[in-house]
Amino acid sequence: MTNASGQSEVPVPAYLDTASSEPLHPAARETFLVALDQGYADPRRLHRPARNSRLLLDNAREVVADCLGVRPDEVTFTPSGTDAVHRGLLGLLAGRARVGSTLVHSAVEHSAVLHAADWAERVEAVAVPVDRLGRVAVEDLARAAAHPGVAAAAVQSANHEVGTIQLVDEIAEALGEVPLFVDACASAGRLPLPGGWAVAAASAHKWGGPAGVGVLLVRKGARWRNPFPGDDRIDERSTGFENVPAALAAAAALRAVTAERDEVNTRQSALIDSVRAAAAAISDTEVVGDSTDRLPHLVTFSCLYVDGEALVHALDRHGFGVASGSACTASTLTPSHVLEAMGALTHGNVRVSLSRDTTSAEVAAFLSVLPEVVRDLRAEVGM
Amino acid sequence: MNTPKITPDLELDCRDLLCPRPIIELARHVADVEIGQLIGVVAHDVAARTDVPAWCRMRGQEYVGEDTAPDGAPRYVVRRVS
Repeated sequence: MTNASGQSEVPVPAYLDTASSEPLHPAARETFLVALDQGYADPRRLHRPARNSRLLLDNAREVVADCLGVRPDEVTFTPSGTDAVHRGLLGLLAGRARVGSTLVHSAVEHSAVLHAADWAERVEAVAVPVDRLGRVAVEDLARAAAHPGVAAAAVQSANHEVGTIQLVDEIAEALGEVPLFVDACASAGRLPLPGGWAVAAASAHKWGGPAGVGVLLVRKGARWRNPFPGDDRIDERSTGFENVPAALAAAAALRAVTAERDEVNTRQSALIDSVRAAAAAISDTEVVGDSTDRLPHLVTFSCLYVDGEALVHALDRHGFGVASGSACTASTLTPSHVLEAMGALTHGNVRVSLSRDTTSAEVAAFLSVLPEVVRDLRAEVGM
Repeated sequence: MNTPKITPDLELDCRDLLCPRPIIELARHVADVEIGQLIGVVAHDVAARTDVPAWCRMRGQEYVGEDTAPDGAPRYVVRRVS
């Protein structure tokens, strides 16, 4: 591709959608390949290959527990992050069925939380509004949770679309007896796990592990009841044949990203600051989410008069892969409920998220094409 | 919520337009009314519910509220203030 602005060697294609899925960490790849040959057997059997499998699975569990600061017996590997959210949240509600059937949640939870609440019979979900930055106020959530019949509360660690970090520790304290479910999928590995939850969930492919590995955390002593059919597995909270190689690869990736996160987060956060500043400098463009108390690797902004789908395609033609929360990019033709809840502009929306090895040259190249892409799309509609 | 019926000075029929077209129409026609007058955007597209107030905030205009057109379509009302 030729570059009209005469820039030399633009490093494209650049993948700027790690919040959807992070590329496999090199540490995970190595471990994965070895474990494929070692961890094929059924870890419940009594023969030697089975004992190998079991050893690898237990090892994966211990590494994940250590990285997240929890007990190994609180860790369950599930078939996906979504499954961990469904299983975790519904199990918490089931464990509290005698108290009530109301779920109180922030209005910006991941759709996995909303879908689980929708699906559950007799569960009434109450969404608590957020401020313009996408943050739910501690007192608002606590007040909603103080009503009789509230079984549980759900609050994400950080928002997957706009990056804003929620005040989970304070919320947990304010909730008192009401147990808290924390969807930590957007932050796990990148930031320390917040405290105070009864049940939490994470997803390996968001931190550089393979897809198909979710992590369900059930605090020792928490009242959690399996909401789905049981299965005879090593860990009876989960279902299906254990994906031992993937679990071990996920653990290896988590250990690696945890070890390198101080350095990576600092670098990513500075790059995101530069994207925020450059996007804000484009006329009629709104940068969304908290500028400081946020995930280090992602930012969202919206450009007036621009079609989100056209923007994603135009950036892709320049070699940049980004996501969008605009309605025209969704199969349902409804805009992101996160942007809606924040009162943010929903059209012309772009989410940029960096990988651990995104370079400043890639970000600079992106920022050099962004203003002209926006200008051209506006010109097409006479704006 | 029952907002009392308002009579905009100009109404834009954006019933069949998808986002961001209703907002583009609003931007094109806001200067067609005098400062202090009202402009109504009638749109079925659900994004307009968020994007009309967001446009007002970003462009320094006043969002008055939502009511419905005679045929029941949502109508978003803006006061031109600058």
